[in-house]
Amino acid sequence: MTELPPAPAGPSGRLAITSLDISFGPRKVVSIDELRLDHAEIVGIAGESGSGKSMTTLAILGLARTVGATVSGSIVFDGKELTALSQDDLREIRGRRIAAIFQSPSTAFSPVYKVGTIVTKALRLHGATKSEAADRAAEAMRQVLLAPDLLRRYPSQLSGGQLQRVAIALALALRAEILLADEPTSALDVTIQAEVLDLLRDLRETTGMSILFISHDLAVVAELCDRVAVMRNGVIVEQGPASQVLSSPADPYTSELLDSVPKLATTK
Amino acid sequence: MTESAVAQPPAVVPAGSPGGRVSRRQVAWRALKANPLLAVGGTLVLLIVLVAIFAPLIAPYPADAGAATHPFSVLTAPSSAHLFGTDQVGRDILSRVLYGARVSPVIAIIVLAIACAIGVPLGVAAGFLGGWLDEAIMRVTDVFLAFPPLLLALALAAVLPASLTSLTIAIAAVWWPWYVRLIRGQAASVAGRPYVEACRALGVSRLRIIFRHILPNSITPLLVQVSLDVGGVILTASALSFLGLGAQDPVPDWGLMIAEGQSYFTPDWWLVTFPGLAILVTAFAFNLLGDGLRDLLDPKRSLIS
Amino acid sequence: MTSAPDATPAAPAAAAGGPPLLRISDLSVHFGPVHAVNQVSLDVAAGPFGLGLIGESGSGKTTIGRAVLRLVRSSGGSITFAGQDVGSLRGAALQAYRRDAQIVFQNPDNSLDPRMRIGGTIAEALNAHRIVSRGDIPGRVAELLTEAGLDPTFAERYPHQLSGGQRQRVAIARALSVQPKLLVLDEPTSALDVRTQAHMLKLIARLRAERELSYLLITHNFGVVSELCEQTAVLYLGKVAEIGATDVLLSSPAHPYTVALRSAVPEVDVAARRSRIVLSGDAPDAANPPSGCVFHPRCPLAVDRCRTDVPQLREVTPARQVACHRAEDVLAGVALSTHHRSRTAETASSAPDLG
Repeated sequence: MTELPPAPAGPSGRLAITSLDISFGPRKVVSIDELRLDHAEIVGIAGESGSGKSMTTLAILGLARTVGATVSGSIVFDGKELTALSQDDLREIRGRRIAAIFQSPSTAFSPVYKVGTIVTKALRLHGATKSEAADRAAEAMRQVLLAPDLLRRYPSQLSGGQLQRVAIALALALRAEILLADEPTSALDVTIQAEVLDLLRDLRETTGMSILFISHDLAVVAELCDRVAVMRNGVIVEQGPASQVLSSPADPYTSELLDSVPKLATTK
Repeated sequence: MTESAVAQPPAVVPAGSPGGRVSRRQVAWRALKANPLLAVGGTLVLLIVLVAIFAPLIAPYPADAGAATHPFSVLTAPSSAHLFGTDQVGRDILSRVLYGARVSPVIAIIVLAIACAIGVPLGVAAGFLGGWLDEAIMRVTDVFLAFPPLLLALALAAVLPASLTSLTIAIAAVWWPWYVRLIRGQAASVAGRPYVEACRALGVSRLRIIFRHILPNSITPLLVQVSLDVGGVILTASALSFLGLGAQDPVPDWGLMIAEGQSYFTPDWWLVTFPGLAILVTAFAFNLLGDGLRDLLDPKRSLIS
Repeated sequence: MTSAPDATPAAPAAAAGGPPLLRISDLSVHFGPVHAVNQVSLDVAAGPFGLGLIGESGSGKTTIGRAVLRLVRSSGGSITFAGQDVGSLRGAALQAYRRDAQIVFQNPDNSLDPRMRIGGTIAEALNAHRIVSRGDIPGRVAELLTEAGLDPTFAERYPHQLSGGQRQRVAIARALSVQPKLLVLDEPTSALDVRTQAHMLKLIARLRAERELSYLLITHNFGVVSELCEQTAVLYLGKVAEIGATDVLLSSPAHPYTVALRSAVPEVDVAARRSRIVLSGDAPDAANPPSGCVFHPRCPLAVDRCRTDVPQLREVTPARQVACHRAEDVLAGVALSTHHRSRTAETASSAPDLG
C-alpha cells in the first residue's frame, strides 16, 4: 500500500466501540460486542435495513437519545467516553472532529441558504474567523474537486453528486478526523458514485481521515473498505479484512448476501 | 433509507380476539380510546349540540332569549339569580348564551358546509384535471381572494336584507375561495403521486380516481382547517352583526352580544366575557374534533387497521 | 442461488419469428426545452422476452417506459403495439390497451394508496376492466397474491404494514391482474434490500416463464439485465448509445459510454473489476444538449467528427447496433484513455483529473 501519513501524536481518528447496546424501551436494536476504527482506516458496515447500522451511527454522534433510544456500553474517541459526555461536549466533537454525511445530501443543506453560507457558518461556529472560514471552505472545495465558486449556489442548483461532495468538503474544512458516511452514494448514479468513492479514498490517503462507511451495497464496501463488519438484526455476525470476508465468508448470512448480488453472466 | 424500516410486517391481530376480524363496536371503542382528542372534542361538540337542542329546558329565563326586557334589572353583576349577570336591557345573559348555541355554531356550520360544497369540487377539478380548467378556476378564485374578506362580506350583506340568512350567504361567499385553494394544492399533489399514476395506467376511471383516491387523501388538511374556521366564522359573523348587518337584536347571537356589550365592558365585564367564553369553548371543541378526526382517518395512526 | 434466464440470448426481435410485440420508432418526448427522449427506436419481441434499458439519470429510460403506457405524451415518432398505433388509441381501444400493457413503478412506498387495503387496491384493477364478476373478486385477489409470493391474508392489510419487498410484490400482482402481455418494470429492485432484490428477480423470472411475458426492464444495474434480459439498450441523454444481445453487449461493449459505465460499477469479485474510465466533466444539460454526438464532451475517444456529426445507430457486428463513429476502435480494444484508475489494492493511482 502507498505510504499513509504517520499518525499524529495528538488526536488521531481512532474509535473503539465495546459492548454497545441500543434499545427502544424493551426492544434491543443494536448489540455490538466490538468494533474499532483506526487512524486512516476505512471500515465498512454492511447490512440490510433493520440491521441497526444507522442507529450505530447515531449513537456515535450522540444523537441516539434524541430519537428516543437508550444507549449503554462504550464508545471511546480520543480517550473520551462519548456515551458519558454532555450534549455541550458532544457538540464540540460532532461535526468538527467526527463528521457525518448521509444518503440524502439535502439533509445537511437547508434549501434557503447558499451552501457556502452553511459551510462558513459551521466553521465559524467551531471557532474560525470570517476570513479563515472562507479560505478553509475554498480549500476544501478544491480537495473535493469542485470549483470554490459553487459555494455561491443554492442546494437546488447543485446535482446530487455535487451536493454530496460539498457535504464531504464541509467535513474536510472542519478538519474532521472521522467521517461517518451512511449510504452516501446509494442515491447517486453509478459514475458519480465511482467519483465519490475515489474521492473518499484519496482523502484517506492525503489527510489520514478515517471513514466508517455504512452501506447495503456489498460491492461498494468491497471496493472501498479495508475492513468490513456485517450486521444483521443489530448484531455483527462477521468482521474482518474486506477482501477476506467478502471472498470467503465464514458466516452463512454473509454468504447469502453475497449470493443475492446479481452476477453478470459473463465476466471478462 | 433504501427500504422501509419493517423487515417483518408487525402483527396487527388485536389481543383478545382469535386472530381475525373485530366487531365494529370494538373498533369504535378502541378508536375512541386511542384518540383522546376525538373523545374530548366529540364530547364537547355533543354538549354544545345538546345545549342547543335543550336550551328551552335548561335556560332559567327562556323569554330573555327573545324580546323580553326588564328595565329594572339592567346591568346587574353575576349573582345567584343571574349566574352570568344581565345585559343592558336586563336580560339574563346565561339564558341568552345557552340559546346562542342555536345561532352562532349553526351559522358557522352552514357557512362552512356551503364553502366546502363549492370549494371542494372546484378545488379537486382544478387540482386533478389541471389545464385550462385549473387556470380558469384559479383566476376566478384569485379575484375573490383579492378582496379583503370582511369588506366583501360587508358589501354583500349590505345589499341583502339584514337577517341571519343574508349573513350566512355573505360569509359563505367570502369563505369558499380559501378552500378551493387549499384543496387544489392537495389534489394536485395527490394527483402526481405514483399510486394515482398507477391507477391511470390501469385504466381506472377518472371519476373513481377522484372519489376513491384524490378526495380521501386530500381531505385531511381541509378537516383541520374547517375545525379551525368555526371560531373564525363566528367572529366574522359578530363583526357583521356589530355593524348591523345580519343578526339583529334580540337574536341571541354570541357575536352580536359581544358587539353590543363591548361599550359596557368597563366596568360591566360580564356582558362580553360570557359570550366570548362560549365562542372560545365552541372553537376549541371543534378544533379538537378536527384533530381527532384527522388522526382517526389516518390508517397509520389509528387502530382501524 | 440466482439463476440465468431460461431463454438463451437471442438475435434481435425482428430477426426472430414474427413481428415485435412492441415497436418504438423514432420516439421523441420533449418537456418544454428538455429533450428527454430523442428519436429512440426499440423493439420488444413477444413473450417470453426481456429488453433491458440501462442508463443513468437523464438518460430518458424512465420516460420511455411512461410513454409506452401513454402516461406522458410523445412529441414525435410512434409506438406500435401488436400492429396498433398506441398514440392514437381512444376510448374503448385505449382501455383495452391498458389490459395489454402494464407498469410496475420503482418506489414501493408510494405506488400503493396508503388509505386502501391491499385487497381493495388489486380489486380496483380487476373492476376497472371487469375481469371477473363481483363475487369472484376475492378469490381472484387471493390467487394473484399467492402467485406473487404473498400470503392471501395480506389482502386485509394496509400498505404500511408490509415491508418494501412485499409492497413491490403487491404492485406486481396488481399489474398482472389485468393479464398484460407487456410489462414495463421501472427499476423494480432499486429501492429494495439485497436479499429482497434477489427474490424479486426470481419472481420476475418465474412470472415471465409462467405467463410468457414480455417486459421492458428499466434499470441502472448490469447484473439485473444480465439475469433477465435477452437484449439490452444503453441510453445516454435521450438517445440509444448501443443495443444488442445482453451477454455480448456486456462482455464486449462497442460504445465508450458503455465501457465507462461498466468500469464504474463496483464489483465484489476483485477479478471482475475493470480499470475505471473517468468521464471528464459533469453530466450535460438536457435543455442544451451538445452538438454532434451528445456524448462527445466527455468521451475519451472523441475526435473532430464527433463534434459535428450525430452518429446514427448502425450495425457494427451482427445483431448489434451502436451509435458511435469509432465503434470499431472500441471493439478492437483501443485503450480508452490515460484517464483511468486501477482498482486493485496494490496500485492506487493518484493525481485524478480535475474535471
